[in-house]
Amino acid sequence: MVISVFVAFVVGGLICTIGQLIIDVFKQTPAFMLSLFVVIGSVLDGIGLYEPFIDFAGAGATVPITSFGNGLVHGALKEAEQSGLIGVVIGMFQLTSAGITSAIVFGVIGALLFKPRS
Amino acid sequence: MKTDTIKTIAKKHDPKRPLAKNCLMSFIFGGSLCALGQMISLFYLYFFDFSEETVGDPTVATLIILTMFLTGWGVYDKIAQVAGAGTMVPVTGFGNAVISSAIEHRNEGFVLGVGSNMFKLAGSVIVSGVFSSFVIAIIKTLLA
Repeated sequence: MVISVFVAFVVGGLICTIGQLIIDVFKQTPAFMLSLFVVIGSVLDGIGLYEPFIDFAGAGATVPITSFGNGLVHGALKEAEQSGLIGVVIGMFQLTSAGITSAIVFGVIGALLFKPRS
Repeated sequence: MKTDTIKTIAKKHDPKRPLAKNCLMSFIFGGSLCALGQMISLFYLYFFDFSEETVGDPTVATLIILTMFLTGWGVYDKIAQVAGAGTMVPVTGFGNAVISSAIEHRNEGFVLGVGSNMFKLAGSVIVSGVFSSFVIAIIKTLLA
């Protein structure tokens, strides 16, 4: 149990360090870096590498934004297995809805609770 | 005087980035957020009826609730100044991008302010993710 927390720390930290290197060394904007990470995540799941990565690193693989791309591809493929090509469109948000829905809901609640700082 | 292009001028005034320190900070903060995520997952696995596969959802939701308070109190921005990518790459960075734009635009009203500005920063992530995933999933389905 303690080991899994440590592995999550190291793996998650390394992914964030790569992100920092993309910003600092390759002089890209944060938005570009995040979009790139999502695309990398979906490609990794496309070639079947992200599942074993999650088994190994736990939250170190599911908390970084790369898992968003993984979830999109995963949901789409899962639904496509059952309902064919149209399943890609139906299942796209099936697994990632937790992140998007809670971001929207708590965004609205946050806007109700807090006042903008100047 | 030599003809300086805008790029060379900009390069001269580009602030020196302390690369080693930035990387160390993003490693520590990003790693801590993932470790926190792992602890939350273990908590849900242990005390609630979640499997290894489904435990990601409540973990992400919990992290985003935490982000809402940290963003509202103005703490998240302060951490982000030190931690750089360490606070952007974890899912809390996605939450912070959505929630901070929602709070920032609340004075413009809830429909045109909050509603239309919420995904101003996070939209690029969703668009690129959905498009690339669509292409990959279509290819994989056709090949299978």
